[in-house]
Amino acid sequence: MAAALAMRGVTKRYATGTLANEAVDFDVRPGEIHALLGENGAGKSTLMNILYGLVAPDSGEIAIDGLPVTIADPADAIARGIGMVHQHFMLVPVLTVAENVMLGREIVGPAQIVDRTEGGRRVRALAERLGFDLRPDARIEQLSVGQQQRVEILKAVYRGARILVLDEPTAVLTPQETSEIFAVLRRLAGEGAAIVFISHKLDEVQAVADRITVIRRGRVVGERRPGQTTTSELAELMVGRTVSLRVDRGRSRAGDARLEIRALRVADGRGHEAVRSVDLVVRSGEILGIAGVAGNGQEQLVEAIVGLRRATSGTMRIDGRDVTKGSIRQRRDRGLAYVPADRQRAGLVLSFPVYDNLVLTRYDHAPFARGFGRILRDRSAIQASARRLIERFDVRTSSAAVDAGTLSGGNQQKLIVAREFRADLRLLVLDQPTRGLDVGSIEFIHRQVVAQRDEGAAILLVSAELDEVLQLSDRVAVMYRGRIVGTFAAADAGRDRVGRLMATGSAT
Amino acid sequence: MTLARRTLDGWRLVAVPALSILLALALAAAVIVVSSAFTPGGLDVLLPVRAYSSLAAGAFGSPTAIGNTLVGAAPLVLGGLSVALAFKAGLFNIGVAGQFLAGAFAAAVMGAWAAAAFAPLAVAAALIAGAVAGGVIGFIPGFLKARTGAHEVVTTIMLNNAAALLLTWAVTDLVRAPGFSFPRTGDIGNAALPVLAGRNLHLGILLALIAVPAVAWMLDRTTIGFEIRSVGANPVAARYSGMRPVLVTALTMTLAGVLGGMAGAIQMLGVIGFYAPGITASVGFDSIAVALVGRSDPVGVVLAAVLFGAFRAGAPLMQIETSVPVEVIDIIQALVILFLAADVLVRRVFRIRRARGGLGEPETVTRSWSSPEVATAAAEPR
Repeated sequence: MAAALAMRGVTKRYATGTLANEAVDFDVRPGEIHALLGENGAGKSTLMNILYGLVAPDSGEIAIDGLPVTIADPADAIARGIGMVHQHFMLVPVLTVAENVMLGREIVGPAQIVDRTEGGRRVRALAERLGFDLRPDARIEQLSVGQQQRVEILKAVYRGARILVLDEPTAVLTPQETSEIFAVLRRLAGEGAAIVFISHKLDEVQAVADRITVIRRGRVVGERRPGQTTTSELAELMVGRTVSLRVDRGRSRAGDARLEIRALRVADGRGHEAVRSVDLVVRSGEILGIAGVAGNGQEQLVEAIVGLRRATSGTMRIDGRDVTKGSIRQRRDRGLAYVPADRQRAGLVLSFPVYDNLVLTRYDHAPFARGFGRILRDRSAIQASARRLIERFDVRTSSAAVDAGTLSGGNQQKLIVAREFRADLRLLVLDQPTRGLDVGSIEFIHRQVVAQRDEGAAILLVSAELDEVLQLSDRVAVMYRGRIVGTFAAADAGRDRVGRLMATGSAT
Repeated sequence: MTLARRTLDGWRLVAVPALSILLALALAAAVIVVSSAFTPGGLDVLLPVRAYSSLAAGAFGSPTAIGNTLVGAAPLVLGGLSVALAFKAGLFNIGVAGQFLAGAFAAAVMGAWAAAAFAPLAVAAALIAGAVAGGVIGFIPGFLKARTGAHEVVTTIMLNNAAALLLTWAVTDLVRAPGFSFPRTGDIGNAALPVLAGRNLHLGILLALIAVPAVAWMLDRTTIGFEIRSVGANPVAARYSGMRPVLVTALTMTLAGVLGGMAGAIQMLGVIGFYAPGITASVGFDSIAVALVGRSDPVGVVLAAVLFGAFRAGAPLMQIETSVPVEVIDIIQALVILFLAADVLVRRVFRIRRARGGLGEPETVTRSWSSPEVATAAAEPR
């Protein structure tokens, strides 16, 4: 059978000299899920942008159903049956599901008036065919991220996509939503669609793909079938060296209680109680991981601990001192460090140079500030510190003066880690510390976390990746509907047992 | 970064303001040509050339002309800095008009009170009074934004009217000087700014030029300035980092008010001489234009202020020599702002790419409008 899509010898060099794709061959057959695996910046997105008509290749050819084509722009790509589901959704939040799906392809009745009834009916029929539980009249802003992604898929299929490209579709999903989207992709493939699944997550491509093509520095470095390869082989192909997927660490030497939380209650932004009487102790020299399905109060718990959100009742102590009413600044001065979940929105000022981002939380402390009332910024101290941190944390940047926004996601996260993992750290709160990062960066950050623990820091880890929590933590607490429903030593926290608690709140 | 790259970036930064000015002059020329058809002289295609050369002569043609330009530019430098400083914190200060009037009024009252005192003391007292009054007027919207989230665009515009009317009442009923046929403050006597050179080149110009590096230094080299810029560039990250967007907002608006008040004070002590109801506060709105044209950069603000000062200084000669009315200047200024606001259009026409990094002022204007991010960042946990 002819490939639904075949790309041959595709090469693209950017004006900056970066060789994004070099003689890349890639094809996908009808009914097949073909994973494109590679680290951030390996050239996956460039290849797909070429396919979607957003970037013109320097050389190489594209064939659809065996016929050579040139794709001028996205409209052309859509007309040829290519559908793209971007990592960041292209939906209008205030419009309904049906309106978003029909956007630009509205069904019009007499006098060019949009026929909403007929449109809603068709969208409902299509959703039912794909097995999506979506109400056509629900507004996008009321939907979960997973549901929004389905709307994107619906949109592509509605526009006649036979070749469906999903760019890092699981990056924003919970584990449950991830397995649901896999089922959707299999059903679509079963109906004859050709699916390109872009990812850097090894276990996911193993779980969902029929075929895996690994790309590194713009070149295809291997093609494997899931049954005939191992996760470590894929990791090695992707990174270009042996990587340790397990975190090497010695036993925890837990000391005194650093963070003590008693009967903490926290309300979310709408006034609902999100954290319901949580008791928690994190000791120096230990990593306490919080497992839980996203949205069970972890976010509000973290915000309360770092001082972004007031607790409605209960107490928090750092090193025995009550900080329940303390500001973010006061807690930071007590040795709290925090890696927020959303690095671009909350962790960095993207339009500031790297060196300013490295002092964002310490800008008014010596040696970065001096003079009366610490009013003067010491630029040479700031830059010297930046150079040291860039070196020590292996941040890949051409200089400390470039804007943080120009760095890759992994390097942006390293920037935050470099800033927060300071020497006088006592309590470290990590929220999704490796979300969206490639294997190499994850390995690096995990090693740094363990190093901090071994130096005596108390670490609270919140992650939607259950495997990360299980691998990294000395103790695991499971959070369900605002409560801690179980706490285990790492050795006793079996994956199934924790998973059951996460899903139902009870171990039986 | 290579020098070529740096130069290119620099060009991208100034290209849009420079081209907006050129486009505005060209379009205003068309207006002049078309309107000449309705004058006794009949259609005159060369009229814009003569009008613009008279304008230039009136602005730069003689030492007196240059003096007038600089005198007109001085309050615009301070007002432009006021707007630019607020932009850096992600705030849109439309309140320079009110801050200007408050500063002018306070300087006039203090100046009249100290009119017979030792001159340097009288001048200093009047200037400080103007700065403080402007600061108070600036603090109010800053405080309201910080405490309640009330949008500064709304509150500053309303405060402009409130201030003007309140001061009219004050000068009519509270501090009216005896012996005049209309309500006004007394003579400022020794509090008048000394003339440094020429006929009217007063000390205020020097003060404005000192304020420029002072503001630049504060933004660049102090922790307060870093907080202001951080809150402006990413209020969420600023709050997560332990900064206090609430405090920074109130402080920035107060400082912007001080600058606006100083603009009023030097205009009062250097040019006007006494406060009377209905004194013009056009400096207030021109300051917004100056900040936009100057890209909120302190040096850019000076250049833009000189340009706008030149327009105002040169316009009378243009009207005398060519009968082109001074109101053409308003058309030019309005067009400049229009093109700056529609910078996408200018970029498209001249194929200029956006300069890297940084938040453009138009984005500040639009983004700060009921942006949930800004609102949530401003609200302290309760």
